[in-house]
Amino acid sequence: MSQRQPRAVALISGGLDSMLAARAILDQGVHVEGLNFYTGFCVEGHTHAVRDKDRARPKRNNALWVAEQLGIKLHIIDTVEEYKDVVINPRHGYGQFMNPCLDCKGFMVGKARQWMDANDFDFIITGEVIGQRPKSQLKRTMPVIAQESGANDRLLRPLCARLLEPTLPEREGWVDRERLFDWSGRSRKPQMELAERFGLDDYAQPAGGCCFLTDPSYSRKLQDLWKARGERRYELDDIMLLKMGRHLRPRPHFKLIVSREDGENRFMHGYRRQFTHLVPTSHGGPLALLDGDAGAEDLELAARLVARFSQGRDAERVRVAVTEKGGEPRELDVAPMAADDVPQEWYVG
Amino acid sequence: MLAEPVIVDARGLLCPMPVIRVQDAIAGMSPGAEVHLLATDPGVQADVPAWCRVHGHRVEAVLEEGDTLRVCIRVRD
Repeated sequence: MSQRQPRAVALISGGLDSMLAARAILDQGVHVEGLNFYTGFCVEGHTHAVRDKDRARPKRNNALWVAEQLGIKLHIIDTVEEYKDVVINPRHGYGQFMNPCLDCKGFMVGKARQWMDANDFDFIITGEVIGQRPKSQLKRTMPVIAQESGANDRLLRPLCARLLEPTLPEREGWVDRERLFDWSGRSRKPQMELAERFGLDDYAQPAGGCCFLTDPSYSRKLQDLWKARGERRYELDDIMLLKMGRHLRPRPHFKLIVSREDGENRFMHGYRRQFTHLVPTSHGGPLALLDGDAGAEDLELAARLVARFSQGRDAERVRVAVTEKGGEPRELDVAPMAADDVPQEWYVG
Repeated sequence: MLAEPVIVDARGLLCPMPVIRVQDAIAGMSPGAEVHLLATDPGVQADVPAWCRVHGHRVEAVLEEGDTLRVCIRVRD
């Protein structure tokens, strides 16, 4: 290689570990740019923007915030379509819930390798720490990610590099191995100490927690979706709506998504044309989307359920406007279901 | 005569998709060109300026037009 400055592409999740890894390499005089992958399952951003209870939280994309703190460029990559195969057919299976963490890491490092090749960069950095994650960050899985992504010895994990074989950037002297780290295990202490040394004190929650697929309730809703459809597939709108509202499945052939507050109500309004939807008219109450096929009896049942979540829950009768997909609204006059009449097993998630 | 701004319509999309749309549009544009992002997710008010700052582009205005936000961006020289 000529004497040009080495160039590294860093996977930036928005959490502390990837921030520290990038900073450690920046401090060695390497040019670093960040990559952040949007899969559709990211907790970041839209969920906070939608739900009213989160409105007091700072509206920031943590990956962009990290890039600003580090003074590096960040490229956000839309991987929604390609990522479906990772979720639907994970070669290495799922973790505790529907999280295909090992396949996910391999996928993201693979995408980073493609980006590295296309943009004339020299190596890839991740914030992985041996033993930090039960499935994807084990010493035996580290080489799997390196191999399956095609990154091989151009994949450097600065936070645990000294516990692993030297990589190309270390052997070539692009980075000094002695200034890398030998962390392992689930303790966050070394990260906190290094953050303090770097003067970083306003970072996002440590070590990820950024993916809905690690959430048990979300995972159950995704499994329910696939079971109801009889096949494992999804579109972006499906996985967006799994994050919204209460999900109730009173019958195998339809599900109701009932908004819980104004933010969700506003968001779900955008989906009215795609779904049969219900909204109370005699009392204040939530918008509900009906996913599936519903006959007359099903619509009556759905209206009674929506009435149960309205301000008319204790009234004798509630009027509910029902608009079938592509149709005109009509009103049903129904008795709200009593809370005790809603079987717990109808709640999905 | 000044060139018309390129319109990136990301209405109905949630962040970070509007940011990605802007990023992809700017990738093919000349220095000094102007992009107007149309969006409905209020998250763009924080995310698009942050993305512009790390890439050196300039947000010249954020305008509210009914339910739509128009973010006016000048591509870096």
